[in-house]
This record gives sequence, structure tokens and C-alpha cells, in this order.
Amino acid sequence: MPSLKDMRVRIAATKATQKITKAMQMVAASKLRRAQAAAEAARPYAEQMTKVLGNIAAAVGDLGAAPRLLVGTGSERVHLLLVCTAERGLCGPFNSAIVRLARERANALMAEGKEVKFFCVGRKGYEQLRRLYEKQIIEHIELRAVRTLAFEHAENIGEKIVRLYEQGAFDVCTLFFSRFKSVIAQIPTAQQIIPPVFEGDAGNNNGVVYEYEPDEDEILVELLPRNISVQIFRALLENAASFYGAQMSAMDNATRNAGEMIRKQTLTYNRTRQAMITKELIEIISGAEAV
Amino acid sequence: MATFHFDLVSPEKVLFSGEVSQVDVPGSEGDFGVLAGHAPLVTTLRPGVLAIYSEREAQRIVVDGGFAEVGPAGLTVLANLAVPVDEFDVAALAGMIKDTEEDVADEKDGWNRDKLAQKLDRLKALQAALGH
Repeated sequence: MPSLKDMRVRIAATKATQKITKAMQMVAASKLRRAQAAAEAARPYAEQMTKVLGNIAAAVGDLGAAPRLLVGTGSERVHLLLVCTAERGLCGPFNSAIVRLARERANALMAEGKEVKFFCVGRKGYEQLRRLYEKQIIEHIELRAVRTLAFEHAENIGEKIVRLYEQGAFDVCTLFFSRFKSVIAQIPTAQQIIPPVFEGDAGNNNGVVYEYEPDEDEILVELLPRNISVQIFRALLENAASFYGAQMSAMDNATRNAGEMIRKQTLTYNRTRQAMITKELIEIISGAEAV
Repeated sequence: MATFHFDLVSPEKVLFSGEVSQVDVPGSEGDFGVLAGHAPLVTTLRPGVLAIYSEREAQRIVVDGGFAEVGPAGLTVLANLAVPVDEFDVAALAGMIKDTEEDVADEKDGWNRDKLAQKLDRLKALQAALGH
């Protein structure tokens, strides 16, 4: 049975923890607002980009002569999984949800006899994947020192990917990140970026014949690597918003659990205290009676 | 005067979205003006100044590379960088050119050096376009 003093110390410790989680929740909430605004501001660009690219891709008649970034290498043997996670934890299942999706995909691909390579962005995903696929991780990047995510960071990653692709390191590249739906809902998403996949009506240009300056090929040569950077940039921004959303709800839970614990501990503390008082009184009374 | 829809977006945000009467775009093959009913066109941009003329006002925006698409729905410009002329920091650009020049001199790896040299050319072209 712990002494009253021990119990007081424990309650104080729980209260201190609650203060920390509460503060973290509020910091996450304010950062979330900014991250969310940034993610939403980046969406139009990424969407327009896909649309323009889709239009051009649909207009390219001769697929044999088209750049390999658009049509692929013609084989699907080596897959590169670009896994984007956060740098820090304390955010509930955010990181593991992305890693799980990537792992499932990797296992499915390997079961089909394909080769899988990993490119990790963010420390947490790298640490989790390293345990299982140490040898298959060809590169990892940490964005720890980055305060506000700029397009340049995504561009650097994009350039590395394109370079690996040109060296023939892989055939298909899939991007894993968490799409920000709302504060309580973040959806781990897989998106194939090389060769690009056009969804919906992108690529349907309604029979409009475009004129190209300089010519289609030159535009594609510039547009395709750029599209990859844009998609990565967008994924990183969505990830940042999702991260703060996940952290906020995780810390909200932690604060509530701490409150519950404090309530229980205080109750036990008071009961023990009263029991001790009663015991002392009985001792005094029986002592007095004996005299 | 007839108007058409114009979107100017950079990776970070949407800079302009609305009805305009004319836009002058610095295309890589030469500057061109877009009016309502322009023929469908896709082109790359060179670093330069993009001018927007709407009913009442005119805006000048510094753009650095990217794409312009004229379609049935209007004009869309995807710029790598887009900053209004009066907010653009010319001194910072000069500083970047200097930094990049040093980087080019230091870089041993051929692939990286090509990339940096390209970047340097772009920055210099931008500086020239601004008339400094």
C-alpha cells in the first residue's frame, strides 16, 4: 500500500503530464490551421497540372516516341515506393497507418515476384521500414530542419527520383502519404506518379486541338519532371496537415485520459486519508477507554 | 470589351482568378497577348513579367518559368514562381545569382552542375527581364 505522500506525488505527476499534453494539443491546433491553409492553397496547382498534362498526353499520338516518364519503361518489374511520413511521433496511428499501407503493397508486389525498393521521406517511416526492409531502402531524406515547407524541398526529392528513374533504378513509382480530409479523418493514400495515371475527365480534352510552343515533346520533357515535384509537394503539404490533425486528436485523448486518471487517483487518495484518520481516532478512543 | 477567365497559380497559392480582358504572357518562343477567343495553345514560359489587364486596373506580375494553357475555358498559367512586381525583391535576386554562381564553381558532379547552371541562366534571364 503506497503512503499518502507517494500518492500526492503521483497525482502531481499526472497533472504535469496533462498540462504538457494540453499544451501540445493547442500548439498542434494552431499549426494545423496554417498547414491546412497551405495544403488547400496547393491543391489548385496540382489539379491544374494534372489537367494540362492529361490534355497533352491525350494529344500525343505516337506513344512509342513519347518520353519514358509518361509511358513508362515498358516493364513493371521494379517498383519504387516513395513513403512520406512525419518527423515526429505523438500523433496517434498517423505514421503507422501510412507505413502499413506501404507494407501491404510491398508484400503484395513481392508475392507477385516483383522487386520492391523504398525511398523514405521523414524519419518515422524510415525507422519503421528499416526493421523489415533494411536492404531495400535505397534512399531516405529527413526534413527535420525544415520549418516551413517550400516547393524547393519537393523539387529536390523530385529531381532525385527522376534521376534514379533515368538511371533505370525502377520502373514504377508510387507515392504514399496521408490525405487530409478533416481533423479527425486522415486517409492513407497511394498514388502512382511514374508513369502518371490520369483519373476522371483529365485527358479528355473535348476534341480541342491545341497548338504547342515549342513542340509537344519539349513541353513534355519539362512538364513531366515538374509534375512529379508538384505531386510530391502536394503530398508533403497534405501530410503536414494530416500530421497536426492526428497529433491534435491524439493529444486531446491523452488530456482526457489524464483527467480521468487524476479523478481516480484523487478519490483513492481521499479514501485512504479518511481511513487513516478514522483509524487514528479509534486508536485514541480505545486508548482512553483502557485507562 | 469581351472578357475571359484567367487563373494564375503558383505551387504555394492561387495568385489571380477572375475575368480579364487581356493578358500578356512571356512565352518561351516570344511574348504573346491573349484576348477572349484565343486559339487553344500550350506553351512554356520564360522568366519575365506577365501583365494582366482587367476592366479597371492593370497588374504586373513577375513569373519564373512554368506553363500557359489557353483552352476553351480560358487561360491558365502555372508559374514556378509568381510575385507581383512591386513586391519583388531585386536585391535578393542579385544575391541568389551570386550564390548560384559560387555553387556552380564548387560543384564537381556533372549532373548537379548542369542543373545549377540552368538555374543560373533562368535567374539571369529574370534579372534581364526586369531591366536591372
